[in-house]
Parts: sequence; structure tokens; C-alpha cells
Amino acid sequence: MAPAFACHRLTKRYGATVALAGVDLEVERGELLGLLGPNGAGKSTLTKIACGLVRATEGAAEVEGAPAGSAHARRAIGYLAELFRFPDWLSADELLALHQSLAGSTGGSRERAELLELVELGDARATRVDAMSKGMQQRLGIAQALVGEPSLLMLDEPTSALDPIGRRIVRDLLTGLRDRGVAVVLNSHLLSEVELVCDRVAILNHGRIVARGTPHQLVRPRGVEIATGAGLRSYPSATREEVPALVAELVEQGEDVYEVKLLSSSLEDAYLEAVGGPAQPARELT
Amino acid sequence: MSGALVVAQYALRECVRRRVIAVVIVLTVMFLALYTLGADVAFRETEDFAGEDPLDEIVLTGSTLLGLAMFTTLFLGAVLAAFLTLGAVRGDAERGLLQPLVVRPVGRASLLLGRFAGAGVVCSAYVGLVYTLSVLITGITGGWWPDSPVLPGLGLVVGVLVIAALSLLGSVFLSSTANGIAVFMLFGAGLAAGLLGQIGDALSVNTLEDVATVSSWLLPFEALYQAGLDALTEDVRGVTGVIVRLGPFGGAQEGGPLLWAWTLLYLGFVGLAAQLAFARRDL
Repeated sequence: MAPAFACHRLTKRYGATVALAGVDLEVERGELLGLLGPNGAGKSTLTKIACGLVRATEGAAEVEGAPAGSAHARRAIGYLAELFRFPDWLSADELLALHQSLAGSTGGSRERAELLELVELGDARATRVDAMSKGMQQRLGIAQALVGEPSLLMLDEPTSALDPIGRRIVRDLLTGLRDRGVAVVLNSHLLSEVELVCDRVAILNHGRIVARGTPHQLVRPRGVEIATGAGLRSYPSATREEVPALVAELVEQGEDVYEVKLLSSSLEDAYLEAVGGPAQPARELT
Repeated sequence: MSGALVVAQYALRECVRRRVIAVVIVLTVMFLALYTLGADVAFRETEDFAGEDPLDEIVLTGSTLLGLAMFTTLFLGAVLAAFLTLGAVRGDAERGLLQPLVVRPVGRASLLLGRFAGAGVVCSAYVGLVYTLSVLITGITGGWWPDSPVLPGLGLVVGVLVIAALSLLGSVFLSSTANGIAVFMLFGAGLAAGLLGQIGDALSVNTLEDVATVSSWLLPFEALYQAGLDALTEDVRGVTGVIVRLGPFGGAQEGGPLLWAWTLLYLGFVGLAAQLAFARRDL
């Protein structure tokens, strides 16, 4: 079975500016991929090529085995742009109805009601877009992207305008979609969020993928800290396996051991390392 | 339901719900009220204008007034067509309105066709209605009816469709403001060409006439308007006929069947160019 999304040597140039420089990437069905990178790294361009909004200069992109931008590919995709706007004269229900018509969805009013409930906008069915807060519009945007039960969801900064409760709703929604076999590509600057929900992460910089793997693979151990009666002792190169020996040694030396902390880098550290930013102090592994 | 039809319905609803339509309605009501008043006064004032001269004052007044009304209708229709289409592609893409629609499987061609159809229906209905009301007002207040009432109205409708198509084509390349300026400059250029042709005709200056002719082919809305003016008084002869054919804002010129064929072809070319450009445009 073809992956939900695949691209091979994908290149996009805008005049002299290289937005993507030969990207290879696959997203499996039911996988939640976090696409990270600084502004201008090429995340949105990659997403737009997948959605058929931007044409690749070289290379190929496919959605469920069909060329990106083809009718089949667009039928399989749900998309929420980073900078989006909906017609302010439409109500939430009318907007979803419009997208149902465009997507050829036969879900009718039941699908619309379900989607609005899913993003906790059930009470805002008749509310016009211009009367909604930015956060409500973003949640409506996610509902719009889910019209027609897409098998691949491309979300570009879907939680940027949301409050913590809204983010939690979206996180739960994304994990629920993954469980139903929907592949999700999540572009985000909110690394903590990506770390929480994504199965895999790809970090883009200057149009290239500079790191990829599971969040667990991307973070690195940064030693051990042991709190003793004499104060905090640090072992920067120690591993988890060495902890019993270290504790035994301290006890043997007559120290009182109160706490042992395994330290690791965060996804943020991995990200900064990959894109050449400043390193941060190690954090405690929980 | 086809994608283009869905988009056309969306465009129609947008037209109805946006404030621009309210502004257009208010302006149109004001225009028609003033036109009624003006026509009534004009017909009464010119009742004994001709005296013993072989001039038909009712025909002269009626055709001049309706010619002016046609120009105003064309102008208001052009404003409406431009406002409904000038931001259809680049403008909407810059505001983030277009991308969610383009991602859907309807296709860009259907999207553009739907936008044109939506704007076309609104503009055609508007221009047809205002023209018909103008004819009725002229006829009721002064007792003058055009020799051929349908052709001028049809010319205005198709002329406004040409403007909508040009505006849609411009929207693929230009931002809303730039496209609006470009459309109204084209409209002005067409008008100026008509006036130049009128001057060239009166002074027998071939170069001016040639400029007007070429401009009419390049911007057929002007030629359609002139053909409409001509059709208003096609049966009027003598001194009255000569005077009324000079017409307001560009003289009356017979268009002939070639003009209609060319206009249809022109609309096809503009539509095709817009489709090709939109298909290649990154959003």
C-alpha cells in the first residue's frame, strides 16, 4: 500500500531562492509526523506542494500514490493553512456545507454537526465567522480540514492562536485521528506539543531535512545528577546503567542519597542543535 | 453538482451578502430617481426646441438621455464587475481565502469558471435591469422608445461580461488594488478611444479613426456600447439622425455580426489565458 505522503528529491526554487533542496520524506498511513524548522526552512512550501498549491521545480510528491495536486490526491487531503481566512459572511455550518459540496462529501448535516462537536464548536453552528475569535476560527479551520474524511491531514501551525485548553482539544483530536488511521503532518513551532503527540519528527533547515526520527531518538542523554547530603553531584557522561554503581559508591563513602535525576536534552535542544541555534541546559527526564 | 456550479453559487451568495451590493443598490436608486427627474424636465424644456427646423426634439432628447443612461449603466456595471472579480485570485490568495478552496478536488479551472459565472449572473441581471428601467422611464416620461431596444441592452450586458473577464484575468497577476486600477484604466482607455474616434470622424482624421478602430477590437466593450447607441436610433434619418449618432461619450457606430462573433472569441481567449495563468500560479 502506498504511503499517505511521499516525496522524492523534492526541490522548489523561487527565482534565486531555494525553498526546498531535494527533500525525501515518507509519511505512513496513521502516522503523526511533526515538521519542524525555523521560519523560511521550507515547511509551508512542502505542505503546499503536497496540497497542489505550489508546483515543485524538481522531484516528485505523491499522496496515496497519486501525484500531488491531482484530483485523487486532493480528494485524500484535508488542509489548514498557516495564514488562512474564511469568508466572514458565512456561518460555521455554512462554511462546512460549502466545503462538503466542494469535496463531494455526502455526510450532510450529521457530518457537520459531528465536526463542530469534535472541535467544541457545537454551540457556534449558526455563528458567523466575523463574530468568532481567532481561536474559534482556527478550530473551525480544523473542522473544515476534516470535511470529507481525509486520509491525510496537513496542518500548518494549527494551534498558534489557541489557548491551552484549545491546544489540548486539538492534541486529543490529533491522537484520535491517528488512532483512526489518518496520517497527519503537523507544522509547528510549539516543540513541546510536537513532542507530546508526534510519532516522528523531521527537522527542516534551509530546505533540507537535517534531522529525523522519533522524539525519543532525537533527544540525547545528558548525564546524571544525584542529590546528596553534601549537595548536588553531577555526572555529565554517566548513563542510566551506571546509576546503581554511582549510588552504591556514594553510600559507601558515607553520603546520604536523596534523589537521582537522569538528565536528557529536550526536543528543543535537538532542534537547536540541528538548525545551528544555541544549546540549552539539560533537562530532567521524567 | 459540478464544482463550477458550487463556486458560482458561493460567488452569488457572496455578492448578495457583501456590503458592496447595498452600496450599488443605493447608488442605482439615486441614479434612477435623478434620471426620472432629469428626463421629465428635459422633455418638457425641449418641447418647442426645434421650432420650424426639421429636427425631431423628442427623438433627440430621448436618445441623448438614454445614451447617457447607457453610459452610466455601463459604468456602474463595470464598477460592479470589477469589485466582484478584482481580488478573485491573487487578492484572495494573499488574504488566505483561496487556498482552502483550491485544495478541494474541484480544480482551478472550475473555480475560475464559477467565479466568472457568479459575477456574470449578478452583473448581467443588474445591467439588464437598470437598462430596462431606463428605457421605461424615458418612454413613460417623454413618450420616446428606442428603435431597437434589445440590442443596446444586450451590448451593455456582454460589455460588462468582457470587463468581468478582463478583471478576472488581471486578478491572476495583480493584487486587488493594482487590478482595480488597471481595470478602470482600461475602461477609461476604451472611453477615450471612442471619443477620439468621434473626433477623428468629425474632422476626417484617419489616424484617430484607426486608433479608435484598433481600440474597439482590443477592448470590445466600447464597441458594443457604440453599437448599442447606434441601435437606439437606427431608423432615425435626416438632421436628427446625424446629431443623435454623434451621441454622448463616443459616437454611435454600427457593430455588425462580426463584432458579436469577435466578442465571443475574445471572451474565450481571455478565459483561456486566465485558466492557463491560474493553473501555473503558485499559491
